[in-house]
Amino acid sequence: MSMATEEILTFEEALEKYDPVLGFEVHVELNTRTKMFSSAPNAFGDTPNTNVTPVDLGLPGVLPVVNRVAVESSIKIGLALGCKIAEKCYFARKNYFYPDTPKNFQTSQFEDPIAYDGSIDIELADGTVFRVEIERAHMEEDAGKLTHMGGSTGRIQGAEYSLVDYNRSGVPLVEIVTKPIVGAGARAPELAKAYVAAIREVVKNLGVSDARMERGNVRCDANVSLKPKGQEKFGTRTETKNVNSLRAVEHAVRYEIQRHAAVLDSGTAIVQETRHWHEDTRSTTSGRPKSDADDYRYFPEPDLVPIVTTEEWIERLRSELPEPPAERRKRLQQDWGYSDAEFRDVVNAGVMSSIEDTIAAGVKPAVARKWWMGEISRRAKVADVEPSELGVTPELIVELNSLIESGKINDKLSREVLDGVLAGEGTPTEVVEARGLAVVSDDGPLLEAIDAALAAQPDVADKIRGGKVQAVGAIVGGVMKATRGQADAGRVRELILQRLGVEG
Amino acid sequence: MAEINREEVAHLARLAHIDMNAEELDRMAGELAVIVDSIKRVSEVAGDEIPATSHPIPLSNVYREDVVGETLTNEEALSGAPDNADGRFKVPAILDGE
Repeated sequence: MSMATEEILTFEEALEKYDPVLGFEVHVELNTRTKMFSSAPNAFGDTPNTNVTPVDLGLPGVLPVVNRVAVESSIKIGLALGCKIAEKCYFARKNYFYPDTPKNFQTSQFEDPIAYDGSIDIELADGTVFRVEIERAHMEEDAGKLTHMGGSTGRIQGAEYSLVDYNRSGVPLVEIVTKPIVGAGARAPELAKAYVAAIREVVKNLGVSDARMERGNVRCDANVSLKPKGQEKFGTRTETKNVNSLRAVEHAVRYEIQRHAAVLDSGTAIVQETRHWHEDTRSTTSGRPKSDADDYRYFPEPDLVPIVTTEEWIERLRSELPEPPAERRKRLQQDWGYSDAEFRDVVNAGVMSSIEDTIAAGVKPAVARKWWMGEISRRAKVADVEPSELGVTPELIVELNSLIESGKINDKLSREVLDGVLAGEGTPTEVVEARGLAVVSDDGPLLEAIDAALAAQPDVADKIRGGKVQAVGAIVGGVMKATRGQADAGRVRELILQRLGVEG
Repeated sequence: MAEINREEVAHLARLAHIDMNAEELDRMAGELAVIVDSIKRVSEVAGDEIPATSHPIPLSNVYREDVVGETLTNEEALSGAPDNADGRFKVPAILDGE
């Protein structure tokens, strides 16, 4: 492997001379119970080579049988992407030798994918909408997992041998292929990230994939080429394989644009090849040469019969589709009255559904947002989990909120109550009682604390008497400290001003 | 007679991971040419209006319900493997000399 750092231009220089053209192949692992062609469990993280049948190991004489749910999930993905669904399609053998594929071929689709000719509208961070055309979505199976041993880096280069776990072999995949994406210009890296995020959202929303990129449920191969500004003909492309986080997709596309520009500027031709993405150096290195038609010697899979779809079947599946994510967002933002910025923050924090549930339980939209974007997100960050994974229920927020509205606790105390509930100390009301957190509302003890605070800061008291009402904050602070935050700050202020005979 | 040259056969042999010497390549080129000619004759009777057949029996939509069935144990899975380690199949270095 060439470790030499390649020349790159700055992103701005590259964009001055060239227009990037993108293309994506996104592999989505379906979350069916069993594999594409066998009844072995489709599960992540089990003991190696236990979720396997003779079919998954490619043993002689086995016969695959197609998983009905996997086909239906694939059709749903096609429909959600606005694709046409093939009336009749076939599986094909894609022949190649590699130890992650025990049969020496991958069962895939070739000339006639299950879904084709669709599109998806991608919304960028500032609200710009970019339409990406979908060429096809076809069904295939995942390969086994290789671990390279004996090398210093865990990489295939320099390894003495490799170990293979076939648990993933035969897991249903849908590969979604875009048409060439032109015209994104400087926004190409951002669009790349947003496109993969949108596909992930679609399949998650459909419920057909767990869509966890860190587990490889959604994997992206990113194609990049450049053409000199004004030129129609596409340049030679490279395909950066397995870019498996949203951030990496953005960085890899940006890097390849910069690298291509430097190569083209030097008068050299781009080599059509695969590239490997390296997260540590945020760069790519050369993989293997790749022609437009790799010699995979595809032929129809003789052991599987054709899939024939009927209008009735497709319409039943269409009727089961959930509301598309983009429409749902539009509807919720309108219902809740959030500004564009507020709503975008909510979406980016991953709390939209939690807020939806909380509002459904009777909490006002603004209050629900305050909780989820504030205290709950903060705690989730500390615990390094998603806000929705903290165990905060809509009912909990309803109860906390009614304790605040009834004046039993204030905002500050409510945080402590939330801590108590999350620590398993019971319901909010129980935590208030157990920890003695109720707001002190009897004026008697408050007046004592106020008098003490006034006596401790006579100069401030004088200022207030003299009309500098804003100085009251210092006395309020003293009282809150003395009551350990359990006083109602508004009431304290009122009482101080009363005590000093000043109009608030 | 179809023309299949030695380089084409050598290319196919490489793709199929089959070792063939020069004599075998030449013989196979001749045999493949005969097969190609035979297949060509089918095209003479089956025009564009005849769809390609992938399966001799007119069956479609044979499915399995998504229900977990019996699996092999780790020992059974590895029992036919030439070598194994850590419960996994052990295979020779994939890239050599790099």
